Amino acid sequence: MDLDVVMLSRVQFALTVMFHYLFPPLTIGLGVVLAFLLGMRLKTGDARYEAAAKFWTGIFALNFAMGVATGIVMEFQFGTNWSTYSRFVGDVFGSALAAEGIFAFFLESGFLGVLVFGWNRVSPRMHFFAALMVAVGGIFSAVWIVVANSWQQTPAGFHLVGEGDQMRAEITDFWAMVFNPSSVHRLVHVIIGSFILGSFFVLSVSAWYLLRGKHIDFAKRSFSAALVLALLASLAAPISGHFHAQQVAETQPAKLAAMEGHFETGDGPAPLHLFGIPDQEAGVMRYGLAIPAGLSFLVHEDFETPVTGLNEFPRDEWPPVLITFASFHIMVGLGVCFIGLTLLAAFFRLRGTLFEKRWLLWIFVFAILGTYVANMLGWMTAEVGRQPWVVYGLLKTEDGVSKSVKANAVLSSIIMFGLLYTTMLALFLYILNEKIQKGPQPLTAATPEGGGALEAAAEHIDPARRHAADL
Amino acid sequence: MDLNLLWFILLGVLLAGYAILDGFDLGVGILHLVIAKNDHERRIMINSIGPLWDGNEVWLVTFGGALFAAFPEAYATAFSGLYIPFMLLLFALIGRAIAIEFRSKQKQGFWRGYWDFTFWGASTLATLLFGVAVGNAVRGIPIGMDREFSGGLLDLLHPYALLVGGLAVALFAMHGAIYTYLKTEGELQERVHRWVWRTFWLFLAMYIFTTAATLVAVPTATANLHSFPLLWIVPVLNVLAIANVPRALYLKRPLYAFASSCASIAALVLLFGAAIFPNMVASTGPEGTSLTIYNAASSQKTLGIMAICAAIGMPFVVIYTVIVLWIFRGKTAITEHSY
Repeated sequence: MDLDVVMLSRVQFALTVMFHYLFPPLTIGLGVVLAFLLGMRLKTGDARYEAAAKFWTGIFALNFAMGVATGIVMEFQFGTNWSTYSRFVGDVFGSALAAEGIFAFFLESGFLGVLVFGWNRVSPRMHFFAALMVAVGGIFSAVWIVVANSWQQTPAGFHLVGEGDQMRAEITDFWAMVFNPSSVHRLVHVIIGSFILGSFFVLSVSAWYLLRGKHIDFAKRSFSAALVLALLASLAAPISGHFHAQQVAETQPAKLAAMEGHFETGDGPAPLHLFGIPDQEAGVMRYGLAIPAGLSFLVHEDFETPVTGLNEFPRDEWPPVLITFASFHIMVGLGVCFIGLTLLAAFFRLRGTLFEKRWLLWIFVFAILGTYVANMLGWMTAEVGRQPWVVYGLLKTEDGVSKSVKANAVLSSIIMFGLLYTTMLALFLYILNEKIQKGPQPLTAATPEGGGALEAAAEHIDPARRHAADL
Repeated sequence: MDLNLLWFILLGVLLAGYAILDGFDLGVGILHLVIAKNDHERRIMINSIGPLWDGNEVWLVTFGGALFAAFPEAYATAFSGLYIPFMLLLFALIGRAIAIEFRSKQKQGFWRGYWDFTFWGASTLATLLFGVAVGNAVRGIPIGMDREFSGGLLDLLHPYALLVGGLAVALFAMHGAIYTYLKTEGELQERVHRWVWRTFWLFLAMYIFTTAATLVAVPTATANLHSFPLLWIVPVLNVLAIANVPRALYLKRPLYAFASSCASIAALVLLFGAAIFPNMVASTGPEGTSLTIYNAASSQKTLGIMAICAAIGMPFVVIYTVIVLWIFRGKTAITEHSY
């Protein structure tokens, strides 16, 4: 069988980057939660914040380790599998990556040790500072990696030098490169996505405890606080998404056309397809259900102006329409569900009946999976929609691959990554489940409020809930 | 001094920082199976690096990013040329990370035994591969006119490269042993003490052997010493730093021994830089195919921007590193938060 290095390298990159991206959004989302909890512990001295922070720190550390282990692969892979791309973009993309190392990773990883292992070694003040630095480091890291990726989507602040194989991009204006047309939109959307995932993670674990009748006080407080973040982030997502999509329409019209399954520009208003199966071969939408003029309204804010369709581009510059359309639409659909769920929960919470609604709590236990899928699909829309370009309009993906790497070498590494990552995922879920089932440590001192103290006392009496400090 | 030379030096600083810091935690991994005799001792060893290994590895990540940014041609040629060794290195680094993370999360003997073995194997393999990469950089790899690696796997597993790999294992084992000595007490520390000496003699033997092999097999390695006689100070300092390790041990000043071991590593990285300069990746192929700090570099503008980033960022990095090392100074104890 003649295996193609380009295809194999794409499969490997997709596999490793998607596996990696299981972890960073939770790091970003939970990082903010930890900084909040340790800040409140510093301010109020309430032991419940400390117990909660310890519990989430355990999960954060596990997740972080997975993110680091899978993240280093990404940095190596530009060179190992995409060396022609690396030569072309090194001047620009490499700078953003190096900046991520210098400004974000050192901060994040250095203080992670203090956050996780510093409980008996540093003051609450220093501990809060460490959590804040870890949270800030996570966001800085998102800033630089999104800048680097956005430059691939909407290159700016550069010029091309050299000819043919020797051609490469060089920075002419650093700030124009950093603030390229898509970077701020995409950064905001990525951070919101991470906040949704992080808050739904807390909601899921808390809902589970409420359903099992364990750690009730902890679960109610965590659920209520996370609900605020989840609601705000869910509402913010479509707003940021809307402005981002308008920018895509302007700077990457082929991607927007693929996202919306819009084949023909036509001379009238463009419809907005809610459902449908785009047929790339025939260039038509099948089984489509559309709002007339909806797309024109979203893109141009009027009901007349046509929207650029895929027919304006040569066929070999079309992204895979079905994948782009489906991943974008499922992501939007999930986003609508998050808004509905959080609004409903907030409504019941205000009426004081939320914690009796077991059916809704059950939905929240599993809704976390939807947020993982939505984050993943957002990136799929962005990356698949950019095809066939690796740097939009400048370098095609198939031209970016390493010339000296053989197909069987890539095939072997894919198999190794497949085995390794399957094992890692199984272990991660197993340990994560154990940590969640074990739950937060019971409080050692009675707290002022009745409920908390009773709960703490109950935890204390029940020896099964007490966990020797042997792990 | 031009920006290309500045970035060559800054990459050396990042590499030295990485080798000194991750060197001790890789060394702890290399010695993990032979020093620690029971579960408690194994946990002491892993937790001695527990809060630090992750931050230490960032030096490698930043080295990689800086190489990509400053010398993209060297990054692209070396990483794609050394595809299989670098994939193995990635598997080793991942294996180490998950071994540290998962090992103590379950109590069963086979679980812990499996991860102990992985931690040892992955640490040893990663160190060996770093040495192999350095050996290949010193010796040169076949590069074609198209700037692509033109050899095969066997070119990379040349005996000289493997020898440097062995030197790296011995060096990090010694460095890790001295670090462990600082972090342990009692009977375990006495056992570590014996291993400090053993690894020192092993390192010394490897050092002498590798130096001789370099003089014979890679005559170009000393060219810079002849052109810039002032550079002789580097090997002299290197020998002094190495000689100071047994002296400090004899004087029962382990922290001083550790500092000497750090200095030996820094001097070896300097020596590596002096051996390859001005090449980033020397070529054994046709004339003019070596990737130098000039023909493999990014634009002057980018090197300048990156220099500003480094000037802003690196002082902070040094501050965090010192703070974190200071917070976790002293003997390692097992608590409820330990691995």
